[in-house]
Amino acid sequence: MNAVTPSAKLHDCRDAFVAVLERLGADNPRIVAVCNDSVGSSKLGGFKSKWPERLVNVGIAEQTMVGVGAGLANGGLLPFVCGAACFLTGRSLEQIKADIAYSNANVKLIGISSGMAYGELGPTHHSIEDFAWTRVLPNLPVIAPCDSIETAAAVEWAAHYDGPVFLRLSRVGVPDLLPPGHIFEVGKANLLRDGDAITLVANGTVTHRMMKAADLLAAEGIEARVLNMATVRPLDMEAVVAAARETGAILTAEEHSTFGGLGSAVAELVVAEAPVPMKILGVPGIFAPTGSAEFLLDEFGMSPAAIAEAAVALIARKPSRA
Amino acid sequence: MQPNDLDRIARQIRLRDLQAVFEAGAGHIGGEMSAIDILTALYFRVLRIWPEQPKHPERDRFVLSKGHVALALYVTLARRGFIPEEEISTFLKPHSRLNGHPNCTKVPGVETNTGPLGHGLPVAVGMAKAAKLTNTKYHTYVLTGDGEMQEGSNWEAIAAAAQFGLDNLTLIIDHNRFQQGAALKDTNNLAPFPAKLEAFGWDVTEINGNAMDEVVPALEKRGSHPHCIVAHTNKGHGISFMQDRVDWHHKVPNAEQYKIAVAELSEAL
Repeated sequence: MNAVTPSAKLHDCRDAFVAVLERLGADNPRIVAVCNDSVGSSKLGGFKSKWPERLVNVGIAEQTMVGVGAGLANGGLLPFVCGAACFLTGRSLEQIKADIAYSNANVKLIGISSGMAYGELGPTHHSIEDFAWTRVLPNLPVIAPCDSIETAAAVEWAAHYDGPVFLRLSRVGVPDLLPPGHIFEVGKANLLRDGDAITLVANGTVTHRMMKAADLLAAEGIEARVLNMATVRPLDMEAVVAAARETGAILTAEEHSTFGGLGSAVAELVVAEAPVPMKILGVPGIFAPTGSAEFLLDEFGMSPAAIAEAAVALIARKPSRA
Repeated sequence: MQPNDLDRIARQIRLRDLQAVFEAGAGHIGGEMSAIDILTALYFRVLRIWPEQPKHPERDRFVLSKGHVALALYVTLARRGFIPEEEISTFLKPHSRLNGHPNCTKVPGVETNTGPLGHGLPVAVGMAKAAKLTNTKYHTYVLTGDGEMQEGSNWEAIAAAAQFGLDNLTLIIDHNRFQQGAALKDTNNLAPFPAKLEAFGWDVTEINGNAMDEVVPALEKRGSHPHCIVAHTNKGHGISFMQDRVDWHHKVPNAEQYKIAVAELSEAL
């Protein structure tokens, strides 16, 4: 499995989402889409043209969008509630807590254009807090797929899972990393590359950057393990503890604040079960300056070269075995 | 069931609610007393429900958006056979499923979890929309407080309900004129409600929400638009010294007050 070279073609994961939604929707009339005027940005045009009555557009009203989702599920439907991740989670967080998670409503929350996908539009439109906000809620799996294949598999899984789900998608193109036919397992990390010098953990749009960093490290003779950890909650505890014990250092990276996200989840476990040197890459607790998502990821130390550099520095902190 | 019978049941529910507040040392007694006639009419006359099948797909839905009067709902559900009547004595006790706000994952008959205000109506809109999409004949009712209508989410949902043509949705505003800290009119006065709802395309009926012969027909009314019942009620209704007193939002009666209240509610049982 070592040295996978990501295919160069980039995919917008929203396309994978709607392709599966429309395929499942053809067989299951209980599937409905709910949106906040976001037909275009959620790419629901195809769904709407096939089943106009099954697209429930509440207008620009996110609290009602999430509440309506809970009510539709109560009435026996299977709602996919779609909106820009920043508004879906930020504006409706209490609805997600009370109406969805606490009520254990069978609603799929689809956060579109998460992270810094809206780049130049600025921090109001960035969703770099949503892992932190949602992963503290019981009953709610929090998932950020790394490519179009994992997105399709996660949507398929979510549709068959009886309970709430938060699926965090981007609009930024990413290469496919997982093999065709991949089956999504919630709370299960994917070993993309094995190694024993350090473990690199990422999800979403950053996983492919981790893979490129691992290539750079390999060129220096450093074999890094790479874990794609789409599920932030429930965390794959087994994979994290094994990574700590077997590689002795963990570097995480995510398109999210360094506070409260994937890195925090990993650190909470590592400090309790198998303390090793760690570093968390992400947006370092600031409102990001102007720039595209790709620019900002580089700016915050998540270019492949910068990740590799951080890995080398972290490896140097490993206790010597002498 | 006739209005006289319903009045008798409402008195019994008030009495059990009062006892439970006194025993638990907590509750929202003022808003419970104002809403109990509406709850009684719903559960003993209007709603198509099967207590032994609380998830029956064709059941009418009732959402208690003013979730802080959960105790009144618990007593009503117990009286109607959804939960054991003796369980009311566990209200607020450690590990009781009857906490201060209703939990649908634990209490049969509760449709969605409420507590934070302004949540019930959007969820009810989704329930009513689902009935339309699945061509199921159930009706959806939601009860809010008048102060609760200050939450903006309600007005999002009011607009959406009209847009969706939800003639299978009834919103009841428990207009007891008081919120936690003061009178509605001294806080953020949304009253009068009717013209505002009508402007959004709703049908509106104004009633005395503590008069059973007005409550029942209003709940049974059907039209071609979403329906709002502005129910003029009295906070603390049925207990003379509590009535229309803002401090009885969540005050607990002392032993002497309790005795007087029990006597008043017992008179006409």
